[in-house]
Amino acid sequence: MAILVIADHDNTAVRQATLSTMTAAREIGGDITVLIAGENCRAAADDAAKLEGVSKVLYCDSPLYGHHRAEPFAALISGIAAKDYSHVLAPADTLGKNTMPRVAALLDVAQVSDIAAVVSPDTFVRPIYAGNAMATVQTADTPKVITVRGTSFDKAPHGSGAATVEDLPAGEDPGLSKYVSSELSSSERPELTSARVVVSGGRGVGSMEDFHHIEGLADKLSGAVGASRAAVDAGYAPNDFQVGQTGKIVAPELYVAVGISGAIQHLAGMKDSKVIVAINKDEEAPIFQVADYGLVADLFKAVPELEAELAK
Amino acid sequence: MKVLVAVKRVVDYNVKIRVKADKTGVETANVKMSMNPFDEIAVEEAVRLKEAGTATEVIAVSMGPQQCQETIRTALAMGADRGILVKSDDELQPLAVAKLFKALVEKETPDLVLLGKQAIDDDSNQTGQMLAGLLGWPQATFLSKVAIGDGVATMTREIDGGLETIEVKMPCVGTVDLRLNTPRYASLPNIMKAKKKPIETIEVGSLGVDVAPRLKTLKVEEPPERQAGVMVPDVPTLVDKLRNEAKVI
Ligand SMILES: Cc1cc2nc3c(=O)[nH]c(=O)nc-3n(C[C@H](O)[C@H](O)[C@H](O)COP(=O)(O)OP(=O)(O)OC[C@H]3O[C@@H](n4cnc5c(N)ncnc54)[C@H](O)[C@@H]3O)c2cc1C
Ligand SMILES: Nc1ncnc2c1ncn2[C@@H]1O[C@H](COP(=O)(O)O)[C@@H](O)[C@H]1O
Repeated sequence: MAILVIADHDNTAVRQATLSTMTAAREIGGDITVLIAGENCRAAADDAAKLEGVSKVLYCDSPLYGHHRAEPFAALISGIAAKDYSHVLAPADTLGKNTMPRVAALLDVAQVSDIAAVVSPDTFVRPIYAGNAMATVQTADTPKVITVRGTSFDKAPHGSGAATVEDLPAGEDPGLSKYVSSELSSSERPELTSARVVVSGGRGVGSMEDFHHIEGLADKLSGAVGASRAAVDAGYAPNDFQVGQTGKIVAPELYVAVGISGAIQHLAGMKDSKVIVAINKDEEAPIFQVADYGLVADLFKAVPELEAELAK
Repeated sequence: MKVLVAVKRVVDYNVKIRVKADKTGVETANVKMSMNPFDEIAVEEAVRLKEAGTATEVIAVSMGPQQCQETIRTALAMGADRGILVKSDDELQPLAVAKLFKALVEKETPDLVLLGKQAIDDDSNQTGQMLAGLLGWPQATFLSKVAIGDGVATMTREIDGGLETIEVKMPCVGTVDLRLNTPRYASLPNIMKAKKKPIETIEVGSLGVDVAPRLKTLKVEEPPERQAGVMVPDVPTLVDKLRNEAKVI
């Protein structure tokens, strides 16, 4: 078997989600090639070459791939994949979700989205219905196009290995789309999907101004900040903070849900956390059914108190 | 400008999902079904484009059993002009749905196809991207803003780190995210009016598309259950538990 891993990276190193994808690839078993495509991303290719279990890095550096626009990027991937690969894997993050179904369509194969476990090289477990059911699915297609749920696989380590880095020429620009601009939430805090601690705020926080309570607590715990959909919809927090079925999937050591009721769509994004703490003034809130430690309290009282206690 | 909108009939998002005892799937008999919530957002956007004079016709398309008519009616009541039901009693997976949409696009020649970013039953998040790939059209996924210009559209997308704006040539495929708009409720008069709007039924076999499932579901199981823990009386106890019992801080 020959596996192609599509790396998500920040030009200098591969992202955490790529490390989980590597682990899934190693569980499938076979010769692993990593594709690093982007603009000025040589350092990321060198980083990928050090990953445990990688035998080759394909490195394609061109302005065409700078923002990973789906049309040129999917064309590049499908061209490579069609030749020699049994599997093509990518993280189930924005990059993978946007690109891989297009790759699958170009190859006329099904995609297996967001796998949570590898049963065998052709059989995988994936959540459906917001994680309320787990489906075991088998695919006979070749190559098998798969996206990988980051929280379900350990992060593959960097080894001493030095895989060969092979230059790949850029493809053609189909000229269908153009990058215009982006507005990225910049933060000193750890990245949400890989943070050890996540503190999330919900509608109960009440306003954008009061969301600093959540941020303050996150900082005390050196954690990332998350939010429920209601909090994002109300403008208390940016869209990329949303945790849940249709937002980000997180599984930190510690998840603190503040003023969040615990709708299934929210639970879908955090119920695999190791320890869950819920602070809610309603003792009937469903979040308490999944919390390891529940505190019935007004958050405006409990959160400052918690910060003070942690400082002790 | 003609807009095609995808509307999938799914188990309502408020229904508590039960896995069937024989592990073949989830219980859908006697369960409330609704339009996929993302598709409501897609319909709303299409109708707003029509109200703004940008779109001339909005066609709602659903694929599946006869009952998908109801989902199409909902779209018509929201303001779509007509509906197409691609009727199939067999399971349709995203690649098959995308191929069927491609066949409809070739018939209807829309300038824009809007879909939800994700169906809340299979959670695949594939169909729109596949359709764009099959058509060789640009794609704009996870939309939070749509601005149609002259032969191009400026599209803002929700991405991992925030928002990204791209410009795509028309015709194009868009998949919508939660923040694009707030879908309207259909008013009673509009529900009545919708009853008179036409819905064309096309048998899946007549489109000449191979819709055989590619993925075989071997079994469907309950996820591992998480046990409720303890309630703590106050903040100091909470911190003590986190430090000395759970040892996570
Ligand atoms: C298609 C679809 C996709 C969705 N995807 C997601 C998703 O990805 N993520 C997500 O989170 N949701 C998602 N949702 C929304 C979900 O169904 C819920 O509506 C949402 O999670 C509710 O957010 P909340 O808990 O913050 O708000 P609410 O349900 O309104 O809960 C607020 C809570 O705050 C408590 N509270 C209020 N004031 C205080 C106070 N002073 N102190 C302490 N507690 C207080 C209240 O008791 C209440 O329990 C989705 C819904 C749909 C239809
Ligand atoms: N059977 C269907 N009928 C109509 N639209 C569909 C169907 N299946 C998928 N779609 C559209 O594709 C989107 C994404 O679905 P999925 O790729 O299954 O997550 C949905 O939000 C719908 O807009």
